[in-house]
Amino acid sequence: MTRILAALAVAAALAAGTALAAGPRDTLLAGYVAEAGAPASAARGEAFFKATHSGGKPDTASCTACHTADPRSAGRTRAGKPIEPMAVSVSPDRFTDPAKVEKWFRRNCNSVLGRECTAAEKADVVAWLTGQ
Amino acid sequence: MHRPFRPGILGILAGAGVAAALAMAIMLPVDTASADSEARFRPVDDPIVKAECGACHMAFPAGMLPAASWQKVMAGLSDHFGEDASLDDATRREITDWLVANAARPGSRLARDMPADGTVLRITDTPWWVREHRGEVRPGAFEDPKVGSKANCAACHRDAARGNFDDD
Ligand code: HEC
Ligand code: HEC
Ligand code: HEC
Repeated sequence: MTRILAALAVAAALAAGTALAAGPRDTLLAGYVAEAGAPASAARGEAFFKATHSGGKPDTASCTACHTADPRSAGRTRAGKPIEPMAVSVSPDRFTDPAKVEKWFRRNCNSVLGRECTAAEKADVVAWLTGQ
Repeated sequence: MHRPFRPGILGILAGAGVAAALAMAIMLPVDTASADSEARFRPVDDPIVKAECGACHMAFPAGMLPAASWQKVMAGLSDHFGEDASLDDATRREITDWLVANAARPGSRLARDMPADGTVLRITDTPWWVREHRGEVRPGAFEDPKVGSKANCAACHRDAARGNFDDD
């Protein structure tokens, strides 16, 4: 009986794992990784997100200017509107709508870096925040 | 004009016409004054404008600026008050059309209190907004960390999302 239950639990966990692997976030990340031609690095993503960049607009030198340095807490726009946390553990909808993700990477990378982010940078950031 | 010669009905019709004209004469000014008075504004009810222009701040009521100002704001989204707020062309055009169609009506009291040529891009720079806040807001209130910006209307006007700015 215990063995059967254990087997069932394993099967359920596997099924859940498969469902997750096929989710839109993984597809998005896989796309960025493929485009970058190299595996994503969560550590690099964190460093990139927290760094102070130059080349962008004067009031937004870092991603943390609006999202804060703690991805599990809420951020704030320059006009004072709250921004939901970026960490997937707190905001499960993050990185599940590719058009939304692309729109904000385009805008925010332009504001912060004065250029679009590369596929590798996007992969790193998504990998880091997915694990948070 | 080929009207049937029936004075009875004509009389009634004429009477109704006069009544309608009178009603129009009374209604029109009342309507222009109350639709977007300086305390109540029609909130943004277009779902696309609400989502796209409400992401970083409240979706400001279109009636707060003249059409030319909205056109200018919408033409400069890649450097929008120090940020990139750019949109794809189709969405940008759709939003521009909506804002222009719902902008402060030319000739209304509010429109007469703003330059119509698009030189003012900020609601908070319009003469009417400045006047409404002069002496009403304690010094330093806009810089207060809980407010942070003049554009954070909802920090002081709790009912702003419904177009009501007369709540405090
Ligand atoms: C000027 C403020 C600001 C800055 C700076 C900023 N962001 Fe954002 N970001 C926002 C806002 C506002 C949203 C949209 C609101 C939301 O999704 O909660 C957003 C959303 C996002 C999203 C969409 C996530 C999703 O799927 O929901 C990504 C990705 C993102 N930002 C990445 C970044 C990165 C990377 C940087 C630094 C290069 C950055 N942001 C800097 C304000 C900012
Ligand atoms: C990426 C974030 C972002 C998006 C999206 C955005 N805005 Fe803004 N907007 C800002 C910022 C930042 C300011 C300046 C706030 C401040 O000065 O405190 C601003 C200010 C404004 C102002 C002037 C407010 C004042 O001071 O009176 C108007 C008008 C405006 N935005 C209209 C729009 C419209 C229309 C849209 C939709 C097409 C839009 N915004 C979308 C970030 C954004
Ligand atoms: C620091 C707080 C604060 C902020 C931020 C603020 N207001 Fe006000 N506003 C007030 C006060 C106080 C009054 C005067 C009292 C009243 O009439 O509600 C006022 C009055 C008004 C009025 C006139 C209301 C009436 O009764 O005639 C309007 C309209 C208005 N504000 C719109 C705005 C808009 C739009 C914004 C954002 C772009 C904004 N306010 C931001 C505090 C603020």
